Amino acid sequence: MGDYIEMWKNLGLNLQKHDQLLNALGTIYSDIYLSQKDRPKGMDYFNFVMSEIHGLRVKELKEHKDRDGKVVGTFCLYVPDEIIMAAGGIGVGLCGGAQFSIPEAEKVLPRNLCPLIKSAFGFKLAKICPYFEVADFVVGETTCDGKKKVWELLDNHIPTYMMELPQMKKVMDKNLWLEEITAFKDKMERESGRKITHSGLEEQIKIVNEKRKALKRLFETRRATPVPLSGKDALLISQIAFYDDVKRFTTKVNELCDELEGRVMGGVGVTSKDSPRILISGCPMAIPNWKLHNIIETSGAIVVCEESCVGTRYFTDMVEEGCPGMEEKLKAIAERYLNINCSCFSPNEKRIKQIIWYAKDFNVDGVVHYTLQFCHTYNVEFVKVKEALNKADIPVLEVETDYGEEDIGQLKTRIEAFIEQIS
Amino acid sequence: MYGGIDIGSRTVKIVLLKEGKIQDYKIRDSGNDPYQQAIDLIGKYRPKKLVATGYGRHMLKTEFADKVITEIKAHSLGARYLYQNCRTVIDVGGQDSKVISLDREGKFTDFKMNDRCAAGTGRFLEIMALTLGFTIEEFGEKALSATSSVKINSMCTVFSESEVISLISKRVPLLNITLGVHEAIVDRLLSMVHKVNIGSGVVFTGGVANNICVLNLLEERLKQKVLVPKNPEIAGALGAAVEAELIYL
Repeated sequence: MGDYIEMWKNLGLNLQKHDQLLNALGTIYSDIYLSQKDRPKGMDYFNFVMSEIHGLRVKELKEHKDRDGKVVGTFCLYVPDEIIMAAGGIGVGLCGGAQFSIPEAEKVLPRNLCPLIKSAFGFKLAKICPYFEVADFVVGETTCDGKKKVWELLDNHIPTYMMELPQMKKVMDKNLWLEEITAFKDKMERESGRKITHSGLEEQIKIVNEKRKALKRLFETRRATPVPLSGKDALLISQIAFYDDVKRFTTKVNELCDELEGRVMGGVGVTSKDSPRILISGCPMAIPNWKLHNIIETSGAIVVCEESCVGTRYFTDMVEEGCPGMEEKLKAIAERYLNINCSCFSPNEKRIKQIIWYAKDFNVDGVVHYTLQFCHTYNVEFVKVKEALNKADIPVLEVETDYGEEDIGQLKTRIEAFIEQIS
Repeated sequence: MYGGIDIGSRTVKIVLLKEGKIQDYKIRDSGNDPYQQAIDLIGKYRPKKLVATGYGRHMLKTEFADKVITEIKAHSLGARYLYQNCRTVIDVGGQDSKVISLDREGKFTDFKMNDRCAAGTGRFLEIMALTLGFTIEEFGEKALSATSSVKINSMCTVFSESEVISLISKRVPLLNITLGVHEAIVDRLLSMVHKVNIGSGVVFTGGVANNICVLNLLEERLKQKVLVPKNPEIAGALGAAVEAELIYL
């Protein structure tokens, strides 16, 4: 990695703590990722992005700001990238996948709160995330109770704009969400001082759709037996999608897909044909949360799909292209985003149908349902998920955990037993 | 001879099988070096093939064990060896507890384990026995002689301990607290039992199966007979030995 000390200093990072974080991350990454065998050549780019996680990309964002562009931090899939980009801005998904920042957050927040929220908040309090420091403002949403109350507190540290995400999908909810999308467009125009044009928005819709298509293509390759890519690597790519340059990322994913499709044709995989195939379904796994994938893939099974925000929910639906006027375009955007099946919605039957569909389509031997501790919506929704999977005769294992390491032994026992069960 | 070794958090167990019959077994405290305890036991018997299980199962891999299986599989095999018609295993060991559901052929189809804490495990009973001034061996018997029970509200071992201490200081009869402690662990187990498909032929294994009060309460709440083998704590090691014989004979 290049020398970014000056940049980090100027951003006001806590350099000592930040050093500790990067050192820890480097070790974990090389243990978990670089030790894998038969990785595709196309992963080199993503290794490089990881090695520059707080370097090159932050520098790009800084330069973007120097050219009067806005940087907008987001936490959730529901914030429309197209609108940020059409106002000449860059959206960055802020992470919250590290145990490292949690003790800092727990000085303020209750301990019995979802680790993702605590981790993200802790990154800001401890001043160890350059993305937080480079962002002009962040966009919070009302997906879950924990998040919406923490975003109120976050506003004291960085301007936090709130979008109200409805929790049902009735006509009035759709109308409310369209209003929120329109208000967000106005907000972006005010912040950037740029008018979002009809053609500008159309262009960005296409660019973001291309990224979604590339990810979809990537996931398609994972339907093959043997799988050409490890679940860990696929997860990493899904995580990087949240903060990398959209066009470059799309190109690199497509290059990797060329290679993977070649592997599939030649019957080349990262594991043997007999490795049990696992679908992970549930809560998001923000970078650097690789805990569950790592346990599964070092126990002899392979993850072939993630029904998750960091996974299929991120790319499944496209925004309709070629809608005539601004109003229609905003409507198409609102519709696409409200289609995402997060467990904060009620009812959420479509998610359950999707899980069954993915389980069959990806030819999995079992499903591991993943809930972050204290995530009530995914945790309770599991009751229905389990019912549906039982009915379809698909084995399922429920895992509830956080980012700590103290339960790795017990998780390993459960996962190994699940693999014995489905083998 | 084919061997199975179960390296648990509190004890290390070895079982030796010859032509499907138990030849010998040994139980030792894990102490602070369960690895050494395991090596000693293996050295003593030198089984032809060895399968390891338990919390320390990966300690032995390649060097001594020919195969490693999880406690879930080991207990399923062990319970099934002892009782042909077993469809449900409740295993409560020193550090964890599990409920396993088996199909007709004996293959496990679902299981539930306790979370990362010691609630609902043998360790919970040990700490409560210590706090109440009983030995673990007499703890269950004592509970049976209680006239009534007090409710222990906390599930956490540490919080339960303070709850028990405060009950003692209120001069609540020790035996009634003792029964309350037993009811608490059984409630915890039942919440797991109800999350898997519970069939007939319930087999109770692990060290806690030696506790007569836990057994009685389980039978009462499940409204069916619960089978406890002689030496229930060796069921895991036995299952591992069964696996060794199955795959290598």
